[in-house]
Amino acid sequence: MHGNAVASVNQFAIKLATVNGTGSASANGLLMQAIFRMGVPVSGKNVFPSNIQGLPTWYEIRVDRYGYTARAQEFDVVVAMNPESYGRDVAEVRPGGYLIYDSSWPLDPALARDDVTFLGAPLARMCNEYFEGARERILMKNIAYVGVLAALIELDLDVVDTMLRERFGKKEHLMDSNLRAIRLGFEFASENFECPLPVRLETMDGTGDAIMIDGNTAAALGCIYAGASVGAWYPITPATSLMDAFLRFCRRYRENGEDGERRYCVVQAEDELAAAGVAIGAGWMGARAFTPTSGPGISLMSEFIGLAYYTEVPVVFFDIQRTGPSTGMPTRTQQGDLLTVAYASHGDTKHIALFPADPRECFELTVTAFDLADRYQTPVFVVSDLDIGMNDWMCERFEWHDEYRPDRGKILGAEELEQLEAFYRYLDVDGDGVCARTLPGVHPKGAYLTRGSGHDRYGRYTEDAEKYVDVVDRLTRKFANAAEHLPEPVVELAPGSSVGIITIGSCAAAVREGIDRLTEADISASLLRIRSFPFSAAVTDFLETHDQLLVIEMNRDAQLRRLLTLETGVPESRMGSIRYYGGFPMTADQVVAGVMKELEGVTA
Amino acid sequence: MTFIAKPEVRHPGLPTNELGLTTRDYEGVMSTLCAGCGHDSVTAALIEAFFELGIAPHRVAKLSGIGCSSKTPAYFLSQAHGFNSVHGRMPSIATGANAANRDLIYVGISGDGDSLSIGLGQLCHAIRRNINMLYIIENNGVYGLTKGQFSASADVGSLSKRGDRNPLAPIDPVALALGMGGTFVARSFSGDKPQLVPILKAGLAHPGFALVDVISPCVTFNDHQGSTKSYLFTRQHYHEAVSADFVPMLDEIETEYGEGRTIDVTVHGGGVVRFRKVPEEYDPTDRDTVTAYLGERHQEGEIVTGLLFLEPESSDYHALKKTVATPLVDLPFEELCPGREQLEELMNEFR
Repeated sequence: MHGNAVASVNQFAIKLATVNGTGSASANGLLMQAIFRMGVPVSGKNVFPSNIQGLPTWYEIRVDRYGYTARAQEFDVVVAMNPESYGRDVAEVRPGGYLIYDSSWPLDPALARDDVTFLGAPLARMCNEYFEGARERILMKNIAYVGVLAALIELDLDVVDTMLRERFGKKEHLMDSNLRAIRLGFEFASENFECPLPVRLETMDGTGDAIMIDGNTAAALGCIYAGASVGAWYPITPATSLMDAFLRFCRRYRENGEDGERRYCVVQAEDELAAAGVAIGAGWMGARAFTPTSGPGISLMSEFIGLAYYTEVPVVFFDIQRTGPSTGMPTRTQQGDLLTVAYASHGDTKHIALFPADPRECFELTVTAFDLADRYQTPVFVVSDLDIGMNDWMCERFEWHDEYRPDRGKILGAEELEQLEAFYRYLDVDGDGVCARTLPGVHPKGAYLTRGSGHDRYGRYTEDAEKYVDVVDRLTRKFANAAEHLPEPVVELAPGSSVGIITIGSCAAAVREGIDRLTEADISASLLRIRSFPFSAAVTDFLETHDQLLVIEMNRDAQLRRLLTLETGVPESRMGSIRYYGGFPMTADQVVAGVMKELEGVTA
Repeated sequence: MTFIAKPEVRHPGLPTNELGLTTRDYEGVMSTLCAGCGHDSVTAALIEAFFELGIAPHRVAKLSGIGCSSKTPAYFLSQAHGFNSVHGRMPSIATGANAANRDLIYVGISGDGDSLSIGLGQLCHAIRRNINMLYIIENNGVYGLTKGQFSASADVGSLSKRGDRNPLAPIDPVALALGMGGTFVARSFSGDKPQLVPILKAGLAHPGFALVDVISPCVTFNDHQGSTKSYLFTRQHYHEAVSADFVPMLDEIETEYGEGRTIDVTVHGGGVVRFRKVPEEYDPTDRDTVTAYLGERHQEGEIVTGLLFLEPESSDYHALKKTVATPLVDLPFEELCPGREQLEELMNEFR
């Protein structure tokens, strides 16, 4: 039966094709978490439509004993639960792989493939017999395929039982239904298929202390730990879950009892413009404030971003990037906002931006972002994407040191103001480009009029050329000074190699894996992973010390490469470009193929 | 010169308020608006209101958007922080500021362009959230800084300085606020300081969004024959529906009023608003009768002024959101950050 199969323990990929809104997300999450709890490194990519119910949706699970978490290149097992996408799903199975389908109805013979083993389980029919009511039958059908898989790939059912108990707790009815559905699938597969498949699981110790979390939850936790108290937002995929998580954590950590007073204020604004305004207003008042959004929101917020830049108000923006331009593909990922974020708003503007590559960095860099916003009195962007933000990633546990105190930057209190003869908001007393600020309500001497209109170093309205230039030039100095105090890039040097690969954000997982595979093929390359903007000297050094530079990113126009050229002067012609921008997370295959092609071009 | 400081001359005989401050302490820099601009009268009324209420200037936050009106926060309370933001978006800045620090007194100065065109959405949502602030619309029916285009509050048939007649129906901020559930709705005239000052005082004391639409003629672009927002037209068609006084909590109400009905409304946060000369069929706390009355008067071609509607049981945004009483900016970090142990516990839930 498994003639052309490749035997593989703890190293394979599963794709689950279902109908959106039928409870499959819950089933898929259960499956992935169970694998994780078996100590097997695993990652999941949710490939979902912009829809609530009815359209095809997929979930990809990559099991990799070596811990690689980039998107899978091919699928050993495809679970096809949606007749509408059968054609595509059958085609996705790698030669020698397996297709599990609902055999309650006959499969179109035209879909048959000689190099794939078809395993039919009549899940709908079985669930119709065992369960009452249309909704439960549909939901349980999806849980039942977890049971089928459990038998086929040797998923530990005890682990699944424990998880269901944790998940449903006292809701016994729900727990019973789920357990029964899983048994149904499991028993059918055990009796009718040759179990296990050659691709299967085995308990191992490959996850250590790691956790499984998505980047938006991690960033929300970062906001909580950084002491952010005002959040404003307008719901937008894929940023919505960040505020959802923030509110969840607030209810847990910032409320006293059931009807207790709330130590936070979250404003669901009428649009992204207002969301930005609310965050800026709160930042002006001295609260740590933020707004999560995605590319379309950044476009709408741009006027306000310039205001915060010019008036020097600390505020944190999250851009959970999705596929643009315009509405684009809201449920697909991309790194299409790099240039937008760097220079958002009209006039001469420039912003500090941080680029996490995984959820742990989302947590850490979020805390850093609030510190930087306060220290440099400017908007700071945390630039994530749908892949990091909405998918569960295996990563190291987050750590916290109770000694941490927010870096609030230069804020003059009542006592300091009392001793001052006069306070001027934009006077660069220390010569580092950062001026002291005061908070409203603290002391009459601290008062000034914050204005987006032309102002001089004393904070007064001006239309005078010299006085205007004086202030905007100081802003340039402030940014130049900031560059060396931002999170350093990650540099992994391959001794003796002249090839330097530069990447950013969520590409990192695929690039890391790709570099390892290239090394096995005797192509060594150094890696520079950008983590912040403006670029530090470490970035320039890397560019200058590698002859063959390759920039790997997820947008059409090579935005990172362009940004590097704009900011470092290294010409684009010196940097090769590997881009993938179709909306799915990058794979290591794409990295390897791209690098090979670029290097061939150089040597030819 | 684009910034004119006022010479500091103090008359020894100037009266002081309970904080020992004089009206000079409530002033700002010299206005750069046109001579005779209605907005300067509103500024003067604000100075008087703040002075009379004995509010510490630095405990006020004054905000504005863009336009002639939005320049005015520079002209009063120079010891208060101000924020001259972007066009039509001041309500969101005020919302965020108020979210962060609920203890300050917020006053927003806007105009008919800033509030009724580009900022209409934000105004509506600030009303809906009942943000605790005094929100003044200096309403002149015209765009001053861009030289005389009609604004959204221009009346049908009103003549522009260039000679065009406005064909479009106006947006009336008073009707808008009443319809949006506004908890404090007033209209006044920059030329009637005795009426305006008590309204501003009551608005500052109101625990919620206090909208005051002030007809404030533009002497340069909209004060000619044929304009319905000129000084002359406003004076001729102006009808004070009710008079209102604001009496802070601790003061006794001593004044005797001869004519008409009197209705006292206790303000949630303290103090009493006393409505005088109230017409028989009019109840300033009943939204429906107010709306009906204004509609009737409008048919007669009257511009009805006064503190027109007041919701005595106003709950501001923080009350609705159950925010802690301490301003969020004053919460110690320990009350915001759950700390290491909690994080370790939480991490176990992501296993």
